[in-house]
Amino acid sequence: MAKARKIAEIAKKTSSFCPGCGHGVVIRLVTECLEELGQENNVIFGIGVGCSSLLGGVLETDRLHCLHGRAGAVCTSMKRVNPDNIVVSYQGDGDAYSIGIGESTSAAYRNENFTAILVNNTNYGMTGGQMSNTTMPGQKTTTSPKGRDCSTTGNPIKFPEFVASQFDIAYAARGAVNTPANVNKLKGYIKNALEAQINGEGYSVVEVLSGCPTNWGMSPLKAMDRIEKELIPYYPLGEFKTREVK
Amino acid sequence: MKVKVDAIRCKQCELCAANCPKKAIAFSEEINEFGYQTVVVDHEKCIGCGICYTMCPDGVYEILG
Amino acid sequence: MGDMIKGNEAIAEAAIRAGARLYAGYPITPSTEIMEYISARMPEVGGTFVQAESEIAGINMVVGGAACGVRSFTASSGPGMSLKQEGITQLYDEELAAVLINVVRYGNGIGTLYSAQCDYLRETRGGGNGDYRIMVLCPESIQEAVDLTVLSFDLAEKYRMPVMLMTEGALGQMMEPCDLPEFKEVKRQPWGFDGKYSYKKVGIFDRDSMKEAVLLNEKHNTIKATEQRWEDGNVEDAEYVFVSFGLPGRSTKGAVEQLRAQGHKVGFIRPITAWPFPENAFEKVNPNVKGFITVEANATGQMVDDVALTVKKMKSSAPVYCLPYVYGVPAMKAIQADFAKIAAGEIKEVY
Repeated sequence: MAKARKIAEIAKKTSSFCPGCGHGVVIRLVTECLEELGQENNVIFGIGVGCSSLLGGVLETDRLHCLHGRAGAVCTSMKRVNPDNIVVSYQGDGDAYSIGIGESTSAAYRNENFTAILVNNTNYGMTGGQMSNTTMPGQKTTTSPKGRDCSTTGNPIKFPEFVASQFDIAYAARGAVNTPANVNKLKGYIKNALEAQINGEGYSVVEVLSGCPTNWGMSPLKAMDRIEKELIPYYPLGEFKTREVK
Repeated sequence: MKVKVDAIRCKQCELCAANCPKKAIAFSEEINEFGYQTVVVDHEKCIGCGICYTMCPDGVYEILG
Repeated sequence: MGDMIKGNEAIAEAAIRAGARLYAGYPITPSTEIMEYISARMPEVGGTFVQAESEIAGINMVVGGAACGVRSFTASSGPGMSLKQEGITQLYDEELAAVLINVVRYGNGIGTLYSAQCDYLRETRGGGNGDYRIMVLCPESIQEAVDLTVLSFDLAEKYRMPVMLMTEGALGQMMEPCDLPEFKEVKRQPWGFDGKYSYKKVGIFDRDSMKEAVLLNEKHNTIKATEQRWEDGNVEDAEYVFVSFGLPGRSTKGAVEQLRAQGHKVGFIRPITAWPFPENAFEKVNPNVKGFITVEANATGQMVDDVALTVKKMKSSAPVYCLPYVYGVPAMKAIQADFAKIAAGEIKEVY
């Protein structure tokens, strides 16, 4: 007998994400976890600018559309003044790792007790597919038309590893949405992150490798393939900081 | 019936069909008002494993317990 | 009268007593003492203090606190205030209440450490993108700064918009005796997030900009009609009326007193709100006034524009002069000497 599964009430509105975009799966997992933890009516989202912005039209919870890159700072203060609420920042790789790298890093540095869900699709999606800090070497984007030259633009950033190794944080992981097994593992990471927050353990971050069929110029199925063959070898899945057993 | 399908939510990304272990998901010829072919589940073949629900970004599926 | 206290510390203590329970900011001279004072004081009253990693992070932390309905504020100066403009326009857009303390310092770019009034035009026009205004309050003394700090929080919540206390470096740094206000009850605003989606904020995709434009203009018109504040003296029979705010306003009042004693028919208007500009103050002015003279601590003359607009609105043809002292606080002697030049026709009007 299969387990009954239904999308969460707080995220049941239809979305305007592109067909095959990973955001839909991520938000489903986050809201499922909130329901399972009994926190669906006790949550505030700090939404980034970019494709993440579309979440604002879906979520039926307290949510603020944060200025581009600044969700790390907004969620810092929201959690400080409302410590009993679950506070989640929900951003893309552009919002969190380029313009927002200062705020994202500083929140981890201070071990702020909120959860950052960061969706990495290796480009700036909403604005039409420009290069981001997670664009792969040689990847063609609208601002790297000949393919990304890492000798002048830097190498793709690995944020969860960076904050896990440099700062005292509660939990850091990376998951992906390209296969059923990975989606199920990702749910586990998200649940861990939220539990870390509920227990007051500190900063938690889960990065998610997502497809971007529109700007990668491929079908959703091929995008899942790209995640498997090109992204996961560079961006390993797993937990980089596990929760301390108390 | 082991799964409920809210077909109008579907954007034809086809991740469900590609991952369904029983190949129970297909897309009809007719195009809906959003320009997508309608997703159709063969309930005879469906075993209610929930993989379609897992992969779907748009909340098309509900797995009945 | 109370004890001697430094301006910045008085402003900080006034905010605490007004019920402010979140401060996030970054050090910048000459505002830093506000943050330093708050770093010790805020924990004493159970509030939240964060030394933000940047000015931008600071204003965004204020946004977060304000979004949760907590009385929130920050203090800055010069280029730091410039960095905060996006956050300020967002506070306005989301109809959040917050208080900004600008301890103005002179100059462009990194600027200088001199006391000044060179941010007037930006603050009164809304320095971020879009069309919005913030209320701007300008004290002439530490006592007034304290009183206006408390008022700022009330006005911010009454109109659900950011309010700025625009003071000057010299006031932040000097000491004067002052009575501190009573402690107010600390309250959360009803529109604040509580995790339960009780008050449904409109997200970016639920906009109706045409409708919002009507409401925005209505809000501004209400504020202009009811919240003008100023001090005036001797305007009914004045041949020349000085217009000046803050510490230069104080000097100007002194100069007016001395000029009157010498037989000159002069008066003054001292705006306490720079936005809304106290247009109503000009109604009492002698219809045969020969000219208006602004006394400002900036290089190009900024408030002179608002005086000229007001004079035009009154359908007066009186000329408008400007005495821009660049930075610092002009001495009464200097103002009197320059007045003589204006009266003698040696300084041309600006409008």
